[in-house]
Amino acid sequence: MTAAVEQVAGRSLWQDAQHRLRRNRAAVIALMLIIGITALSIVGPWAAPHPYDTLNYDFIAIAPNLAHGFFLGTDAVGRDLFVRILYGVRISLMVALAATTVSLTIGIVYGAVAGYVGGRLDEAMMRVVDVLYSLPFMFFVIILMVVFGRNIILMFLALGAVEWLTMARIVRGQAMSLKNREFIEAAIAAGARTPTIIRRHIIPNLLGPVVVYVTLTIPQVILVESFLSFLGLGVQEPLTSLGVLISEGADEMETAPWMLIFPAATLAVLLFSFNFLGDGVRDALDPKDR
Amino acid sequence: MSETILRVEDMKVHFPVRVGAGWGGKTLPLKAVDGVSFLLRRGETLGIVGESGCGKSTLGRAILRLIDPTAGQVAWLGEDLASLDKAAMRQKRRQMQIIFQDPLASLDPRLTIGEIIAEPLRELEPTLKRAERRARVEDAMARVGLLPQMINRYPHEFSGGQCQRIGIARAIVVRPALIICDEPVSALDVSVQAQVVNLLMDLQRDLGLSLLFISHDLSVVRHICHRVLVLYLGRVMELASSRALFDQPRHPYTKALISAVPIPDPEVAHRPILLEGDLPSPLAPPSGCVFRTRCRYATDKCAQIRPALEDVDAGGHQVSCHHWKEIAS
Repeated sequence: MTAAVEQVAGRSLWQDAQHRLRRNRAAVIALMLIIGITALSIVGPWAAPHPYDTLNYDFIAIAPNLAHGFFLGTDAVGRDLFVRILYGVRISLMVALAATTVSLTIGIVYGAVAGYVGGRLDEAMMRVVDVLYSLPFMFFVIILMVVFGRNIILMFLALGAVEWLTMARIVRGQAMSLKNREFIEAAIAAGARTPTIIRRHIIPNLLGPVVVYVTLTIPQVILVESFLSFLGLGVQEPLTSLGVLISEGADEMETAPWMLIFPAATLAVLLFSFNFLGDGVRDALDPKDR
Repeated sequence: MSETILRVEDMKVHFPVRVGAGWGGKTLPLKAVDGVSFLLRRGETLGIVGESGCGKSTLGRAILRLIDPTAGQVAWLGEDLASLDKAAMRQKRRQMQIIFQDPLASLDPRLTIGEIIAEPLRELEPTLKRAERRARVEDAMARVGLLPQMINRYPHEFSGGQCQRIGIARAIVVRPALIICDEPVSALDVSVQAQVVNLLMDLQRDLGLSLLFISHDLSVVRHICHRVLVLYLGRVMELASSRALFDQPRHPYTKALISAVPIPDPEVAHRPILLEGDLPSPLAPPSGCVFRTRCRYATDKCAQIRPALEDVDAGGHQVSCHHWKEIAS
């Protein structure tokens, strides 16, 4: 009998937020740009007329040239800039994704436990974070690179290892404020144990600010990666990243400005998009604090 | 008389509070509940009344060990709860549940109400199968007047009164013997208050529940409670059956409280007993009788000797006042 009654599907807070995000034009455009650039960086290299690492001695540092299929020109050793930019975007996004995943996983669990359990455990856990925070990041990366050699995996780890610290602090603050809410007390009265409470009640309720922070971390990580690559600590030739391309372009900017302009513009568009998306997500999740 | 299911003996809850900053500061005990004793029978409703900050909610939470009591005993069917370890206490939670003051805040906004109501079952009766759990949730929803098709909705889609019904459904789903109601209606509209109070009374009759009804609203307490306990600064001032307390209050504080209840009739001359001054700080409670600073009958004796709870009659009416006999008229 009860089965005959139609059940009304409720709208969760996430669905509400999605709805609000969809009405924010800047955020939607930013999201589409990000999806477009990502898709292009994945599919583009196959479709492009030139591989990313072939040296074309006949076409050294030429301006954009549609006739020969160099849409954005070539670099100082005659490699197709368009494909190289797509590869650069790929690497940058991969680094961003990996570093963010690492920081999310460690940061959320660490922060939620410290914040919810509190007391001495919290003190100890947060002092560890403070100590790691005080290590100079560049120094840390340089030492890693010197000891283990230049390696892109290592860079993922190094970035992730640094980014989770901030994440843990944000999550801990959220967990501490959630801890005193009545529904947590209700869960204790319902017999829920600490791990269950953290998993079922604390973590889902602090994801809002975390998502916002993630959309703002991604551009930051991309920027740091570009900076490391610019310094020569990033990816190795013939692979490339946006930072490397910009660094090479900067050397030639008087004679071949396109070598600087195109990678720099790509980076700028990517960063803008992430920042707009981040703002949009924040507004969507928390319509009160616009 | 039915059996006693809960006996609270000399319960004390003290919170350490740091006064003054830095090295010069010291830690004082804030005596939120200071030596409260009472007993509760099966199927009975005991009201706990008092001003804000008198320790009503703390008392309720300490019984459930949501806050650890500093001293005293909580005997549940003869077994002391205060000395149980966490795991054993968890098993006892099946028999005692709580309803909170703020209906929306006590529901996790990320869960559907089906998941919220199922949580105590999931934790305390893990052997139930999915379908059985679902049936129990729907049964609890029906009992509190929620439609079964609402099961997949989220708390923010409900009104305050409906949220409180969800809270009640969560409390009764494990079929407890005792529900502690921590000001369950004070956040609701008056029209909804009546519905929720009547719902609680119906549930009590149908399920044989004992209720510990914490409230500051005396008219609600008079309506629902069999006996009433009056708290002031964490101590018991008076304990009596509802009728005796409202017809013949013995303690000057109870008298003042009852006279402050508005009478909904403009023809009746209403002259409440006004209490002077503010509630003293629970960090530095007055010596002797804690109420003496605001009591118009206070004498030197009140400042020196802490009054014990005395029997007024054979019916279980108890009062803690040195002068109750003189001021009886």
